[in-house]
Amino acid sequence: MLDALTVATAVAALALAAWCGWAAYRDQPTKDWHFIGMAVVSLLALVQLVIGIVQLARGEKPEQGTTIFVAYLLGAFACIPAAGFMSLAERTRWGSVTVAAGGVVLAVLEVRLYDIWGG
Amino acid sequence: MTATDENGVVPGGTGVPDGTPKQRTRLISGPGMLLLWLYGVMVVGAVSRSAVQISTEFDKAPLAYSLSAVAGVVYGFITYSLVRGGETARRAALVCCAAELAGVLIVGTWTLVEPSAFPDATVWSDYGMGYLFIPVLLPLSAMYWLRKARTTARPA
Repeated sequence: MLDALTVATAVAALALAAWCGWAAYRDQPTKDWHFIGMAVVSLLALVQLVIGIVQLARGEKPEQGTTIFVAYLLGAFACIPAAGFMSLAERTRWGSVTVAAGGVVLAVLEVRLYDIWGG
Repeated sequence: MTATDENGVVPGGTGVPDGTPKQRTRLISGPGMLLLWLYGVMVVGAVSRSAVQISTEFDKAPLAYSLSAVAGVVYGFITYSLVRGGETARRAALVCCAAELAGVLIVGTWTLVEPSAFPDATVWSDYGMGYLFIPVLLPLSAMYWLRKARTTARPA
């Protein structure tokens, strides 16, 4: 369950990165649709956070330690909203680049999460 | 919404700030925002990593974990300088970027020459390979950006 969600979030994050990268390539700032995309990815990360905590509460142990697991879950959840707010402050293509970079960072976090959980 | 008239999309590469000069030089307009984001990520990464490792297993690799903590502090200072803006902050950030670059190169070489000194990785090990080489690319692009900020922003 958690692994499937991790993969889904990583793929969605990369798709968001590509989408915002395309907007940056076309010299556009992030638009409403991009923010909806960010909301979807953030929602996935939130669900992942909740499910991860539920798994912990049930007594399952991540392979590389609970602290690191929770830290990465929180980081993954905060990643896209933070980048989104920065793109609100920077209404040029560089805001789009920032969100694209956020998507890549989230994808990397998901790969690490997969390892930490012990996939 | 002013668009830059550049056609490159290289991070920190070819952007020109179209900024409206305020009292302080804004350092986070245009590509600066991307730099701010990446530095923010590195701050969280380096600080939380070293915090966990120092508090739980410091004896295993004290040198590596201390270096991660130092890296986190340097990143934190640069991030703060970028947000604050102004000439003094710009210079301070430039110095820190140079220190950061030196740190990456020295520690990166050190880990390759004498791996035994580092039982565990730091953010700067192998020139930051575990972090997609961001630690070595970031100071270069940041120094480029900060130098550019001086030449384009005239004192009001």
